[in-house]
Amino acid sequence: MIRIRDLGVKYGNETALENIDLDIPKNKTCAIIGPSGCGKTTLLYTMAGLIVPSSGKVLINGEELKSTRKETGVILQNGGLLPWKTAWDNVALGLKARGMDKAEINGKVSAILEELGILEHRDKYPNQISGGQRQRVSIARTLVLEPDLLLMDEASSSLDAINREHIQNLILKLYMKNPATMVMVTHSIEEAVFLGQTIVIMERAAIKHIIENPYFGDEDIRTKPEYYNICLEVRKWLSKELSKEEEDK
Amino acid sequence: MKVFEKLLRSRSLFGSLSILILWYVLHLAIGSKIIPGPFETIVTFFHLMTGSLLLHILSSILRITVAIVLSMGIGIPLGLWMGLSKRADSFISPIAYILYPIPKVAFLPLFMVLFGLGNSSKIILILSIIVFQIILAVRDGVKEIPKEYFYSVATLGLNRWQIYSSLVFPAVLPKIMSALRVSIGVSIATLFFSENYATTYGIGYFIMNCWVMVDYVEMFAGILAMSLMGTFIFKAVDWAEGKICPWV
Ligand SMILES: Nc1ncnc2c1ncn2[C@@H]1O[C@H](COP(=O)(O)OP(=O)(O)OP(=O)(O)O)[C@@H](O)[C@H]1O
Ligand SMILES: [Mg+2]
Repeated sequence: MIRIRDLGVKYGNETALENIDLDIPKNKTCAIIGPSGCGKTTLLYTMAGLIVPSSGKVLINGEELKSTRKETGVILQNGGLLPWKTAWDNVALGLKARGMDKAEINGKVSAILEELGILEHRDKYPNQISGGQRQRVSIARTLVLEPDLLLMDEASSSLDAINREHIQNLILKLYMKNPATMVMVTHSIEEAVFLGQTIVIMERAAIKHIIENPYFGDEDIRTKPEYYNICLEVRKWLSKELSKEEEDK
Repeated sequence: MKVFEKLLRSRSLFGSLSILILWYVLHLAIGSKIIPGPFETIVTFFHLMTGSLLLHILSSILRITVAIVLSMGIGIPLGLWMGLSKRADSFISPIAYILYPIPKVAFLPLFMVLFGLGNSSKIILILSIIVFQIILAVRDGVKEIPKEYFYSVATLGLNRWQIYSSLVFPAVLPKIMSALRVSIGVSIATLFFSENYATTYGIGYFIMNCWVMVDYVEMFAGILAMSLMGTFIFKAVDWAEGKICPWV
């Protein structure tokens, strides 16, 4: 579904990404992990069509990406909920933009809020609900548009450990019920292994290594030793990155 | 009992009482007709409010309201344009920066020549004070909108008009309200000044006319009315902000 070829992105004359090649098949999940500032968000934004690459291209379903796509859902690092809209209006925003009629919007919005357990907070503003609830609202806002490609930037990183696992379980559950292609940026090894069928390890501006994760999809994986083996492998690759950077200095 | 406690805790009541006491003390201390006592002033105030004073106050409020509405009509689109277009900003900002700090009241004679002696020149004078506050507040408000919001509405598929109505406009609304609050004090002072010229209506005229007629009680009733008008406009802005910006 996603085909990235020789992608390069520059901010002014600072190179944020260089020679990136990556394929993500339809309805698979891919976790991107790497040190802070290595270009994860940049890569995700480029897949969303929010950033125009300075070289190479991103193909989605064989078509070169030129701008944002209606079928791509994006959950930003801090959720990006509009503070002046209630939970309900935030979720309804994309449907309204698509010109859907009111009755249909009402049905869809209440169904998704119900499913994510936040219907009772429908009339509250983002600053009146907890971080976990806010994150659910941004997930609802994206899922209500029924995207075939879901891009997430640190969807759970602002949450405490327990809420983070809740959100991760929720994402897995939603994926199992309704598979879509999913790319998530994370800085948590556990999250990458829990949610990624493929785990992409990045170093500065480039992809360092790709690990296939055969244990994906098991909600109880966190209690099993295989899970820790993969976590260890990811950790090994990440720290190789660190030691290499230290050598460079 | 409950009502009494509530009154005691009410801050505006406490403020009003303190001022009344201070006023009364001054009245006793100075002991001349220049500062009439609060009681007779308030009686005169209520008496006049059923007649001419009400008309004077209303015409002043009308002038300020028209100026505010026009300032928003001009300032909001200009500010939005400057906030979103670098070119517009680099073209208009230097002009705005030079005009903004100039005391506009100095232009009253010019405005009276250009726009006539009536309401127009007074309204334009106040407008010239408020409009810069609004332009700059809106421009800065737009520039302060986090990039993530633009990204998030872009991925939701909003078109240009929807981005304005769902993102840009609500983001700058609270800034507009604070700009209004800041500029209202100066506006009332300027209005008072301008109403000394070429009009027989307005609270400024009323007060200065009482002064000329050496009627200090009525003059103080006018000052009281003008203070109440200022408070009323402030409260109205607060109320409007609570209504249209419930998220802040
Ligand atoms: N708007 C921008 N202008 C200039 N440079 C930028 C911009 N955004 C990002 N960069 C630079 O590009 C590089 C990659 O940034 P990016 O945000 O993609 O990193 P990241 O991997 O998502 O980091 P984090 O884990 O901290 O979110 C960084 O060195 C950053 O300084
Ligand atoms: Mg990032």
